[in-house]
Amino acid sequence: MSRAEADAVAGTGTPVPGKSAPAAPETGAPEAPGPAAGPASASDSGPRPVRLAWTLGLFRSELSITFRRWRTLALLAVLAAVPVLVGIAVKIETSDGGSIGGGGPDGGGGPAFIAQVTNNGLFLVFTALAATLPFFLPMAIGVVAGDAIAGEASAGTLRYLLVAPAGRTRLLLAKYATTLTFCLVATLVVAVSALAVGALLFPLGEVTTISGTRIGFGDGLLRALLIALVVAASLIGVAALGLFVSTLTSSGIAAMATTVGLLITVQIIDQIPQLHAVHPYLFSHYWLSFADLMRDPIYWDDLVKNLGLQALYAGVFGSAAWARFGAKDIAT
Amino acid sequence: MAPYEPEQDTNEADELSAGRRKAARYVVPLAVAGVAAATIGLVPALATSGDPDLKDITAQELIEKIAASDTEQLSGTVKISTDLGLPSFGGSGLAGGFGPGAGGGGGEGGKGSAADPSAKLMELASGTHTLRVAADGPDKQKLSVLDDAAEYSLIHNGDDVWAYDSASNEAYHSKEAGKQEGRKGEKELGKELPATPKEFAEQALKAADKSRTSVKVDGSAQVAGRDAYRLVLKPKESGSTVGQITIAVDAKTGTPLKFTLSPAGGGSAVVDAGFTKVDFGKPSASTFDFKPPKGTKVTEESDAAKGKGGEHGEGFSGVEGGGLNVIGDGWTSIAELKTPGGQGLPTSGSGADSGDVPPEAEKFLNSLGDQVKGDFGSGTVFKTRLINALITDDGKVYVGAVTKDALVKAANAAH
Repeated sequence: MSRAEADAVAGTGTPVPGKSAPAAPETGAPEAPGPAAGPASASDSGPRPVRLAWTLGLFRSELSITFRRWRTLALLAVLAAVPVLVGIAVKIETSDGGSIGGGGPDGGGGPAFIAQVTNNGLFLVFTALAATLPFFLPMAIGVVAGDAIAGEASAGTLRYLLVAPAGRTRLLLAKYATTLTFCLVATLVVAVSALAVGALLFPLGEVTTISGTRIGFGDGLLRALLIALVVAASLIGVAALGLFVSTLTSSGIAAMATTVGLLITVQIIDQIPQLHAVHPYLFSHYWLSFADLMRDPIYWDDLVKNLGLQALYAGVFGSAAWARFGAKDIAT
Repeated sequence: MAPYEPEQDTNEADELSAGRRKAARYVVPLAVAGVAAATIGLVPALATSGDPDLKDITAQELIEKIAASDTEQLSGTVKISTDLGLPSFGGSGLAGGFGPGAGGGGGEGGKGSAADPSAKLMELASGTHTLRVAADGPDKQKLSVLDDAAEYSLIHNGDDVWAYDSASNEAYHSKEAGKQEGRKGEKELGKELPATPKEFAEQALKAADKSRTSVKVDGSAQVAGRDAYRLVLKPKESGSTVGQITIAVDAKTGTPLKFTLSPAGGGSAVVDAGFTKVDFGKPSASTFDFKPPKGTKVTEESDAAKGKGGEHGEGFSGVEGGGLNVIGDGWTSIAELKTPGGQGLPTSGSGADSGDVPPEAEKFLNSLGDQVKGDFGSGTVFKTRLINALITDDGKVYVGAVTKDALVKAANAAH
């Protein structure tokens, strides 16, 4: 759907209580941000709550536009299908009583935790996340983040957005927040789909951690949720990178392709042992550390490194995106 | 400024100033990156500086302190990195240097269960690994090797010894039941390869003969957030490939916290094992409580013994039956072995003889080593950064943490 339509839908679809603020700027009346804004709102130094409501309104409208796109829904559907495929494959392979991976000194092949799936369906959550985290999830994030600014620019709607008295920084923040929300939603879609498939196909019950100790099912579910959150947080870096790339170009496709290309390049570099000196600085290097949450006691070192690295990427590329976008001439 | 304009003062006519403002924005990401780089670079440097002030102690007192240390309850994380130069050789080499159980490395073939301890622990002999250890008295110990998204645990709880490999979801079980063989099995599990700094330190102190070793206390250090003394052992005689051994000993409990073995040839440490985190409190009881999860393939020791008994028996009979002869003692001791089938491959004790090795492979093997000649005939020296081995053409193997010349000398003397 076109931007103007979408905003119209968003404006009516998510009314801010007591205000028509989000829809107002689209009317092209920047000095009249709605009756509820109060007398001081015409100037840039309006009261704080109003600004907050504005930012939230912008965020909400962005959110509903993003999640109403067919593209986004298709990405989520693909992500939801991965655990189904993995679950069915494991079920078929083990239906004759054999174990997955066939044992042997190398252990089971395939994604992490796959050997435990037959014992406990909850492990399908971890397997599915381990299978989607290297490529599917960040690719989806790359598409959404790459589209954030460049997509608007190529559709010719960016300048209309900037007509709104929200300011470029807040538009950028709203875009980034939307991308991060998508990270969380995408991860949860994988996790919930995996949990459903795991519960249908395999038994549930007490969970054996990879350290060999046992924890209750409730505790296991809690850890699964924690893992999903950590996986979502692992994508913060890609999201910031994608947003920065998106501010560099006016072509949405180019931004998406560049982001996904960077993702693949980084993954390849991470596999080359001769380049081990740069590995700790690659955003994908500590991704699989989420598995450390399944140790008992939890091994925090790599998890902390991962989250720190993501924060660093968010800081560097987020501010780079701000620097680029704030000073950019918007021609379209 | 008006909100619909770019966030810069476009009213200003000076284009140059606008350009400068644009450029100034990019200072922010650069500053963020710079601050991060500085933090990464400086924080560890700051953290390690400032060795703790500890009261002076003599080397003798420190060694007694280690011996008197009765730390029975501890849990922590150990980082161990081994760099022998030749990874595949390293496995048996390390054991050969430290333990008489060197011949027991036959498990490397990895037949049977993936959770077989002897095969798994061999992996520790090369590369960098993170281990977790927990102990509560003599009956409860746990050693876990942390892999990527998987873990290998060795749990000793009372009469049971469990090994659990989460990657393949297989377990290995042996009952101790107080029998003699059981004891041996346990010893084999825990002690064949030293993994914790304490075991390394014990082995090193055992090997260190006072008359041949210079032992001194060399200042203090911080290991895993604890104050520690540094004990330095240096072989006095020449011919050893061991440069020096540094052991960091916890000042309060006398527990060795870090073990570093530097080769005489210089370069990075061959073995570096140290706690990165340590806690002398009682670990929770559930740590040692293992029950194989449903669907786990469990290999009982009695089953496995059938498959592996031959190899192990060979290894042990080799040690006990006089096939292994130790020449000299202290740092320059050299083990002499006879390979079963004439000329042997460097994997000592694996029983794989090179009689059937195709000529190309033999050529390749020879290219790995140096050809040497002496009174004993001729042979090949295989080198790592710590352990060297001489395999003579008549099938004798001399192994030790000694230089090539010392090996040839020993072979000549034995001839």
